[in-house]
Amino acid sequence: MEPISVVTVDMIINGRPQQYEVEARQSLADFLRDQVGILGTHIGCEHGVCGACTVLMDGVPVRSCLSLAVSASGHEIVTIEGVKDLPLGQRLQQEFLEHHALQCGFCTPGILTTMAHFVAHYPKATEEEIRDALSGNLCRCTGYHNIIAAVSAVISSRHDDAKR
Amino acid sequence: MATSGKQSSQWTGRSIPRKEDLRLLQGQGQFMADIATRPGTKEAAILRSPHAHARILAIDVSEAVAVKGVVSVVTGQDVLAAGARPLVVAAPVPADYYPIAVEKVRYVGEPVAVVVARTRAIAEDAAAKIKVSYDPLPAVLGIEEALDPGSAVLHDALGHNVAVHRHLRYGDPDGAFKEAAHVVTGRYWYPKVSSTPIETYGVIATWEQGDTVTIWANFQGPFSMHPVMARALGIGQHQLRVIVPPDIGGAFGIKISIYPYMVLMALVAKIAGVPVRWLEDRLEALAASSSGTDRLTDLTAAVSNVGKVIAWRMRLVDNVGAYIRAPEPGSLFRATGNLVSGYQTQNLDVEAIAVMTNKCPTGPNRGYGVSALYFAMERHMDKIAALVGKDPAEIRRINLIPHSMMPYRTPSGGYYDSGDYLATLERALERADYDQLRQQQQEARRQGRLFGIGIAVGVDPSVSNMGYIDIVEPPEDRKPHRSKSGSGQGSHVQVDASGGVTITLSTCAQGQGHETVAAQLAADILGVDPKDIRVIGGMDSSTRNWTIATGAYSSRFAATGAVATFSAVQQIREKLLDIASHVFEADRDDVQWVSGRAEVKGVPARALTLKQLAGIAHWDVASLPPGMEPGLAVQTYFTPPTLGESVDPEDRVNSSGTYGFMADVVAVEVDSKTFAVKIHRYATVHDIGKVLNPAIVEGQIYGAALHGIGAALLEEMVYDDQGQLLTGTFMDYVVPSAPDAPDLIIDHMDYAEGSSLTTPLGAKGVGESSTETAPAALANAVSDALGIDINQLPMTPNRLFHWFLQRESLISQEV
Ligand code: FES
Ligand code: FES
Repeated sequence: MEPISVVTVDMIINGRPQQYEVEARQSLADFLRDQVGILGTHIGCEHGVCGACTVLMDGVPVRSCLSLAVSASGHEIVTIEGVKDLPLGQRLQQEFLEHHALQCGFCTPGILTTMAHFVAHYPKATEEEIRDALSGNLCRCTGYHNIIAAVSAVISSRHDDAKR
Repeated sequence: MATSGKQSSQWTGRSIPRKEDLRLLQGQGQFMADIATRPGTKEAAILRSPHAHARILAIDVSEAVAVKGVVSVVTGQDVLAAGARPLVVAAPVPADYYPIAVEKVRYVGEPVAVVVARTRAIAEDAAAKIKVSYDPLPAVLGIEEALDPGSAVLHDALGHNVAVHRHLRYGDPDGAFKEAAHVVTGRYWYPKVSSTPIETYGVIATWEQGDTVTIWANFQGPFSMHPVMARALGIGQHQLRVIVPPDIGGAFGIKISIYPYMVLMALVAKIAGVPVRWLEDRLEALAASSSGTDRLTDLTAAVSNVGKVIAWRMRLVDNVGAYIRAPEPGSLFRATGNLVSGYQTQNLDVEAIAVMTNKCPTGPNRGYGVSALYFAMERHMDKIAALVGKDPAEIRRINLIPHSMMPYRTPSGGYYDSGDYLATLERALERADYDQLRQQQQEARRQGRLFGIGIAVGVDPSVSNMGYIDIVEPPEDRKPHRSKSGSGQGSHVQVDASGGVTITLSTCAQGQGHETVAAQLAADILGVDPKDIRVIGGMDSSTRNWTIATGAYSSRFAATGAVATFSAVQQIREKLLDIASHVFEADRDDVQWVSGRAEVKGVPARALTLKQLAGIAHWDVASLPPGMEPGLAVQTYFTPPTLGESVDPEDRVNSSGTYGFMADVVAVEVDSKTFAVKIHRYATVHDIGKVLNPAIVEGQIYGAALHGIGAALLEEMVYDDQGQLLTGTFMDYVVPSAPDAPDLIIDHMDYAEGSSLTTPLGAKGVGESSTETAPAALANAVSDALGIDINQLPMTPNRLFHWFLQRESLISQEV
C-alpha cells in the first residue's frame, strides 16, 4: 500500500490558533473530533446530505464531512463549541431552549452553526426563507416547526432591537 | 398504593425549558461516538455482502491481515469457532440467525467479515483486500414471490419462506358476513420505511477477566434482548454489562435492532483480544440496520345497510426480510388488542403471515405494526362511506365506540380504559374547519384544481405488553409456565446528606425529555425547583434497577418510567415525614409537607427543611425512628395493572398498557402539472389523558406526524429485482426536510382527573400517535383530490401522475 502522506495544518479553531499533523485524506469532521478532541460536531451521513456536521469556515457554513482537514488550513473554523461567542449565537441558543427546538439534539450543532450564519446575513428573512435555509439540515425528531419558530424569534428580536 | 394522581402541580403540566438542552445546545451531549474508550481500543469496519442471496464458497483474509495496523480479521466461521450461538428468534421456525453471515448471505449489506485495526480508515482499507468467492442464488424480494412455493428458499432447513402463519378468530365473523348488506374488499400495500435516526449505531465492547463483557451501545431497549445477547455469547446475564450513554441521537424503534451488532462486536473483541469500537456509517445504516416491514393487507368488511362495519376479515402479510429477527413478528401482533382501532366491530377474522425475503431484516419502527394497519382500515372506511353514500366524517361517527361504552373490551382483548372518540373527531373537524374546507373544495374544483380532504382516526397503543408475542404460537403449542406479561420499568431516587436530589433513570431516552419530566414530577412532590434536581439518563444493566421491559420504545415513559419515578419520590417524602414526626414527637398525621419542608400542622414554626431532614437520615441515625434504615434512597418499579395477563387460550391479549386516540383532518392540493402534493391544512386532535409537559407532547406529535407524512409522500426502501438496494444514500432515501413540513393545528381533549384506570398519573403515550394516522389521512385526501382509489404508498408525483392517467383513460373509455 502507498504510504499515507501527512501534512501540517494551521488554523484558528473557535478563536484559538492550532497546529496539527494530519493525514492528507482525513476529513475536517474526523479531524475536529479525533485529533482536536472537540466532540460537538456530529456525523450523520458523511455524504453531505444531513448537515449535522456543519461548521463555519471563515464565517460560511461548510460540510465538515466533505471537507478535508488540509483544506481548512489557513482558515478560521467555528464549531458548535464556538457558537456562543458569535454575535447572535447565545440568542439563538436561548430561543432554541425556549421554543423546544430540539429533541435528541443530534442535528442541533449543525443547525445552530448554519442558522448563526443565516440570521446574521438575512435579518429580514421570511418564514419561507428560513425553511429554505434549513433544507440542508435533516432533523428526524422535531418536525422542524419549533426550529423555524426559534429562528423567527431571533430574527424578529433583531427588528425590535433595530427599532429601539 | 402510595401513588395517586392528586398532587399540587406547580411544575407538572407546564412547558418548562428542558434540562437536557443546556448540554445539547453547547455541543456537550454524550452520544455514543463521544464516549471515551479505554486505551488500546481498536476500530472495527465491516465487510458486507454485495449479493442479495449467495452461498459463501471461500473467504481469503490473508492480504487484509497483512495490512500494517490490522489486529484481526473475523469471519462467520471464526465466530462459530468462538462458541457463538444463534440469536433466539420469537418465531418457532428453523431459520438460524447469527449476527454475521455463516455459509450463506441473505441480503445486500449482511456482515461477512469484520476487520479490527488501529484506525477505522486502516480497517476499511484492509476490508477492501478481503477476497470472498460467492455462488449467487436467485433473490426473492416480493411478498407474493415469497409465498410462492416455487420460489428460491432462504433457509434450507425450513424449506419455504413463511416464518409465521396464524389464524385468529374473534366473535362470529362468518355469521356477520352472512348478515351483511354489503361486503367491501380492498388490497393495500404499505412501504418498507425506516425512521433513520440521524445518529447511527455505535458499539464499544470490552472483556474483563476473560468472562465478563461490557458493551456500550446506543441501544434503546427493551432489555428483553439482554438475555438474548447473553445466550448468544454463551455467558450468564450477570456477566453481560450493557451501558447506554445519556444521549441517543434519535431511535424511533430502529435502535432496538442494534443488538445483533452488540453481540457481533463482543465476539470480535473476544477473538481479537482487544476492546473494539464500531461506529456505523450511513450507508451501512440504510442497507443493514433496520426498517419497518412492507405489508400487504387484504381487507374485507361486512357492512350493514347504514354503513356500520359488523365484521372485518383481514389478511396481513409482513415482509420481515432475510431473518425473522426478534422482536419480529411483533409487527404483525403488536396491534392485537387494537385490531379494530376505535370501531365497535366485535367480529374479526385475521390471517397473519410473516414471510422472509432477501431484504434487510426488519424491526420496530415508529408506528410499529399500526401505521400499515390504519392505512388499510382508514382507506377502507372511505370506500365504505362512498358505497353507502355518506360523508367520510359521518361513516366514522356511525362506527366509533361511544364514550358511554368506556371502558371497552375489544374482541381481541384490548382494554380501552377511557377516551371520547366521537368528541375527538368532532374537535378535529372543528379545528380544521371541515365545512369551510368542503366549500373551498367546491370552489377549487370549479377552477379545475385538485383539492382534497382526508380524515383518519385511530386508537394509539402504547406501553407494549411483554406477553403479546406469545400469540405467535397457537395455544396448544404454548409452553406452560413460560408465558410473559407486563411492562415493568424501574426508577431510583436518592437524597444526599445536603438534601440534593438525584434521580437515576434507566429509560434510555432518545430526545423525549425524560430528565425534564422526571424533575418536574419530583419538584412538585418535594417542593423544590426542577433546576435543583439532578437526573441521570442512559442505562447501566449492572448498577441500575431494571426489568426485561426496560427501555424507551412503544411510547412508554409517561405511563411507566414517569410513574415509577413519581412513586419513588413519594416514598422519599413519606420517609422524610416519618423522620420529622419522630423528631417533633408529633403524631404522624399532624405532620405535613409544605413548600419543601415538613411542618407540624398549625405550627409552621415547627418545621424541618429537606436539607435538615436529609442531614438526619445520613448523619444522625440515633435520631431516626426506631427500626428505620439510615440513608435516603428508594427504588421502585411500575407496570400498568391492566397488563397482568398474557395471551389467553382464545388468542385474546391486552397488547398495550394505554390506548390514546387521535383524529387527523388534512386538506391537500395536488399540483395538476407536477403532481406534487401540498398540504394546505393539517389538524390533529389527541386524547392522551393528562399532559405532563405540553411542549414535549407537542414536539412528539410534530415529529410523529412528519414520520407519517414521510411514509405517505417520500420514503421507501427500494430494491431492484436482483435485491440491490436503490435507496442506499440520503440522496435516494428521501426524508422530509423543512420545506416539506407543514404547520399543524394541534389540540387536546380535556383530561378529567382520575379518568384513566390504567396509569396513576393519567398520562398515556403519544410518541407514535400521528405516525399511525398521517399516511391514511393523506392517502384519503389525495384520493379525494384526484378522484382515484389510492392503495399504495408513498404517493410520489410519478405514481400519482400514472394513477391519474389510468383514471382519465378509464373515464374516457366509459364515455
Ligand atoms: S455528516 Fe456531513 S452532511 Fe451529513
Ligand atoms: S433533534 Fe433529533 S434529529 Fe433533530
